[in-house]
Amino acid sequence: MPLYYDEDQAMLAESAQQFMAEEGAIAKQLRHWRDRECKDGFGHDLWKQFAEMGFTGMLVGEDDGGLGMGNVEAGIVLEQIGRNLTPSPFLSSSVLAATALKHGSDDVRGRWLPGLIEGEKVYSVAIDEGAKHRPETIACKAEKSGNGFRLSGKKDYVVYGASSEMIVVAARTSGSDSDADGITLFAVPQDANGMSHDSVRLVDSSMASHITFDGVELDGDAVIGEVDGGREVLNAMLMAGRVGAAAEGVGVAQGAMEMTVDYLKQRKQFGKLIGEFQALQHRAAHLYSEVEIARAVTIKAAQLLDGGSEKADLMASVAKAKVAKAAGLAVKEGVQMHGGIGMTDEYDIGLYMKRDRALQEFLGDQYYHAGRVAEMSGY
Amino acid sequence: MSDLESFRAETREWLEANCPPEMREPVRDEGDVYWGGRNAKFKNDAQKAWFEACREKGYTVPEWPKEYGGAGLSAAEGKALRQEMARIGARPPLSSFGIWMLGPALLHFGTEGQKTKFLNEIANGEIRWCQGYSEPGSGSDLVSMQTFGEDKGDHWIVNGQKIWTSYADEADWIFCLVRTDKQNKYQGITFMLFDMAGTGVSTKPIKLISGNSPFCETFMDDVKVPKSYGDDIPAYVGEINRGWDVAKYLLGHEREMISGAGGGDRTAAIGAAMKRNAGELDPVLRAELAQFDVDALSYAAMGEKFLDELKVGKGHPAQPNMMKYVGTELNKRRHELMMAAGGSRALEWESEETSGGKPSRNWLRTKANSIEGGTSEVMLNVISKRILDLPGA
Repeated sequence: MPLYYDEDQAMLAESAQQFMAEEGAIAKQLRHWRDRECKDGFGHDLWKQFAEMGFTGMLVGEDDGGLGMGNVEAGIVLEQIGRNLTPSPFLSSSVLAATALKHGSDDVRGRWLPGLIEGEKVYSVAIDEGAKHRPETIACKAEKSGNGFRLSGKKDYVVYGASSEMIVVAARTSGSDSDADGITLFAVPQDANGMSHDSVRLVDSSMASHITFDGVELDGDAVIGEVDGGREVLNAMLMAGRVGAAAEGVGVAQGAMEMTVDYLKQRKQFGKLIGEFQALQHRAAHLYSEVEIARAVTIKAAQLLDGGSEKADLMASVAKAKVAKAAGLAVKEGVQMHGGIGMTDEYDIGLYMKRDRALQEFLGDQYYHAGRVAEMSGY
Repeated sequence: MSDLESFRAETREWLEANCPPEMREPVRDEGDVYWGGRNAKFKNDAQKAWFEACREKGYTVPEWPKEYGGAGLSAAEGKALRQEMARIGARPPLSSFGIWMLGPALLHFGTEGQKTKFLNEIANGEIRWCQGYSEPGSGSDLVSMQTFGEDKGDHWIVNGQKIWTSYADEADWIFCLVRTDKQNKYQGITFMLFDMAGTGVSTKPIKLISGNSPFCETFMDDVKVPKSYGDDIPAYVGEINRGWDVAKYLLGHEREMISGAGGGDRTAAIGAAMKRNAGELDPVLRAELAQFDVDALSYAAMGEKFLDELKVGKGHPAQPNMMKYVGTELNKRRHELMMAAGGSRALEWESEETSGGKPSRNWLRTKANSIEGGTSEVMLNVISKRILDLPGA
């Protein structure tokens, strides 16, 4: 498969670009909701529009009413989300939760997928237990209780958790904390008794929850996939999420770079446009190279994932790490090259820096993923 | 089965039957590379058999048209062939600046007569070419070059000096930038082709910090270059005084080549191999290797994307400059890490264990990667100007 978009994908990219630039623009969404201290951190109307565009259910199979598209397509939408810093539950709902739900029974899919596709509902995923992403260790427990389970423990960095109608929770049903096996995924509804959110605003104005499960009773229908066999589903979800987060990161990098290169062509000092200075030209050119490479490896990882390749897991980590490096460079160079104005809240470049920071951390930062690349490569 | 799939299956079978096991080993030294030319010698029977099988099939230049010695493969077939060759680790049957550089220039700018003569000679490994571009006073600022060809009617008398002429001492012919109009900087250069066996051409190898001498100084002292080698075979590519257009076109190809966009060692991860060699890795070195592998595997994806886009005319025309910049910087970093992981063993300059100091000599060789074919700084200038459209760049 050639490593560029085919005709359908190119069309999708064009419509996603146009849609997000118009409807998901910084002034219309991110600043709008932030300045109103919105408790959701995103707009429900925009989520409906996502549904009308066919985005919400793009990864959902056609038999379930979705579009049956792949991670390359989801990445196309996410790149535009990143480029416009559009606050959206797309990554957590339509990529992560949707990927998990694919493994659910008819009942589970029938219960949760239509609301997602319609843009009526928002879902999230609860994986991390602590400030760093360490999904190898899962301590959150679900013990057998009658016909169902009783869930206890804590989860962190549950994006838009308090606004989510359902949260996919990775919990331990057997074995010890660091066992690969013995994990089960649950679809926990918002109104579950004993689930409490400590919802906090993050540096990028998004909302995330620390969740405490205090003996939450779940019936057997809440299980996604096999009891004790959830690691496989979790891994599938993580791969899709990481490639998706990488795609969003490419968009963040692209957006920051575009703003910055534009600025180099406008700002004058010493009687010259600052873009005439070779010291800045070379740094901008280096940045361009890094962003191009980050995009290439992200598309590659998405293609491998869609093709069911064994290399997808490795390349998802490569992509997540590479994008973190490139986007990190883009926002840092962005603020520096903007000079003083880059430090002001009025100017958008700082918003890119904030979003990048949150995205870096989501589903594993560059150090975690580079370490994973080493481990998977055998050193 | 699609046409491409059956092509792949046939190719796999053909490679199995024709590529000797010795030719599936990694290239270890210069003798493992077959360059062709009048004085070429095969290192062994396997190298000869592999070259001849490919020559018959048109696989020394698989994507060139059949009438010029190629196999006339489509872009997709060419990619499949490369993938199948890479799968079994097959060496290139023939390496040459004729294939990489002059060939593409002739395919683009050449007359029918030139293509028929020169391309077939290249494809068949008969003539080994070298490139005469840089001069002692003209490196990055190539267009300032002064080697001059005085117009004598049906021929030129060429005088001057070239430098960094790769393997000039072993080459048969040279494609050479010669000034034919001193008043016109850009439109006063002619892209000449001539036989180095003629009177007045001499070469002197340059010893490098690696101890090797792959480059030469080439001196032209009253060299007589005829304007034509026969019907429809002019001794210059493109038009007289418009050789800079050809040179610019070719620089793009050179940058693709140096960038290692085609894959291979230069895009591979190295951490696992370093651990095998070094045993335990220092944790900080391990971390650096992991960071390198992330960059190398990402660059490999970029190389694939770049080539895929090139084949269908997508992608920015200045993208080879980016590939060259990143690829060469990455390769330098690779060898720094290999030296670090190799420890004192890697310092050995002549030992048998290091096959004559390969680690250190290769490490030193890579330092030229970001100088030859346009320095990293020039590449960044080009990206600034042509891709980012920055002012005054």
